[in-house]
Amino acid sequence: MATTNDRILLGTRKGLIEARKTNGAWSLSAPGLPGQPIAYAARDARNGALWASIDHGHWGVKLSRSKADNGEFEEVTAPQYPEATETAAKYYWVLTPGHADEPDTFWVGTEPGGLFVTRDDGASWELNGPLWTLCKEHAWSGGGRDGAGIHSLIVDPRDPQHMYVAVSCAGVCETKDGGASWAYVNKGMRMDYWPPEEQDREYGYDPHFVAMAPSNPDVLWQANHCGVYRSKDGAATWDEISEKPHAYFGFPIAAHPTRPETAWIIPMHSDQNRTTLDGRLFALRTDDGGTSWREQTGGLPQTAAWDFPYRHALDVGTDGETLAFATTSGNAYVSEDGGEHWQVLSNNLPLVYSLRFA
Amino acid sequence: MATVRFTPHLRRFFDLPDTWAVEAGTVAQVVERLDERWPGLGFYITDERGALRQHVAVWVAGSQVKDRITLQDAVPADSTIDILQSLTGG
Repeated sequence: MATTNDRILLGTRKGLIEARKTNGAWSLSAPGLPGQPIAYAARDARNGALWASIDHGHWGVKLSRSKADNGEFEEVTAPQYPEATETAAKYYWVLTPGHADEPDTFWVGTEPGGLFVTRDDGASWELNGPLWTLCKEHAWSGGGRDGAGIHSLIVDPRDPQHMYVAVSCAGVCETKDGGASWAYVNKGMRMDYWPPEEQDREYGYDPHFVAMAPSNPDVLWQANHCGVYRSKDGAATWDEISEKPHAYFGFPIAAHPTRPETAWIIPMHSDQNRTTLDGRLFALRTDDGGTSWREQTGGLPQTAAWDFPYRHALDVGTDGETLAFATTSGNAYVSEDGGEHWQVLSNNLPLVYSLRFA
Repeated sequence: MATVRFTPHLRRFFDLPDTWAVEAGTVAQVVERLDERWPGLGFYITDERGALRQHVAVWVAGSQVKDRITLQDAVPADSTIDILQSLTGG
């Protein structure tokens, strides 16, 4: 979750780069963990530590942490699949601090579908058994990656026992007992890529990203493979809020910190054509819970721009005004007026996997 | 004693010498010894199942190891073991 408005962590293919705003001007750091692919990077607001998941092509996936947030990273024991699973971790896709009341708890969503938790601040990790059982019994498949992957992890600020995970491809799962049991919560969703007879299944959906509205945790926003969705009842039911052709296909979605009716997406052309719409890069904003969407183009390229942000590469600051995203071609943009006008942070970054306010 | 040589890429993560002498009968034992000496190094070479990572190449006495799953290739006395990155993508 965003915690400030003047510092951004960019997990790039060549290291962890920071954008900082000082005296009204943004500037970029040289990469931390230089040369290493950073799949995801986030700051733990509870203690100030920076976490990074590293995807070494050769040496496997690793976790690194800068406890003092001083630029010096130390490798943390990596979550490992237990022997009985006969599985190895392929990707640590998302890192999420635990509830404020559980300061030593931290969650990691992985490919091929395992959810890991540490209860001792990273000294040891445990695979969540009940969710892994669902993954195996229902043969979760991959979406975007070879195996199934957990890319969205939400802890309810009201209750540490209450969490959601979103899985490509399974859908959204909810626990109300701290992970002892899980239920699929995908009512109202579609999966056009499966046979028509299979549409009412409990699982098999492809959420691209799910975000909770911090000001009303019963409101959830979902960018999905088959449209944009919103839930007003804690994921018990989902309403489609797509507006074709624009507000339909995309990866990230950001929820306004104080207005539960407001969110942003960065639209793409379609599943079949993974580019921008007509070479135009822009945000879409809704202020009425998805009933209508408005284009926000100021300062963004409106011709010959074909790059787009990955699912973790759009975020909004705690002021609800500072917004940033970065793309597959290393273009990064920031807005300080809720998306109306954008300025370039860089046109020369490596591919950006994740962008998070820190 | 066999002799282990390391790719320079691993020196980014561990303070490794040019060569290291090891007493081991199999590649699995080599990895075990390496991990005892440099805790965590084994997890760079193998995954949690003990299998060689897909893009890691281990050579023993001039041949790439055949058993990438359980690492039971024999390590002859006085042989040289190279731990390298496979070249994938140039």
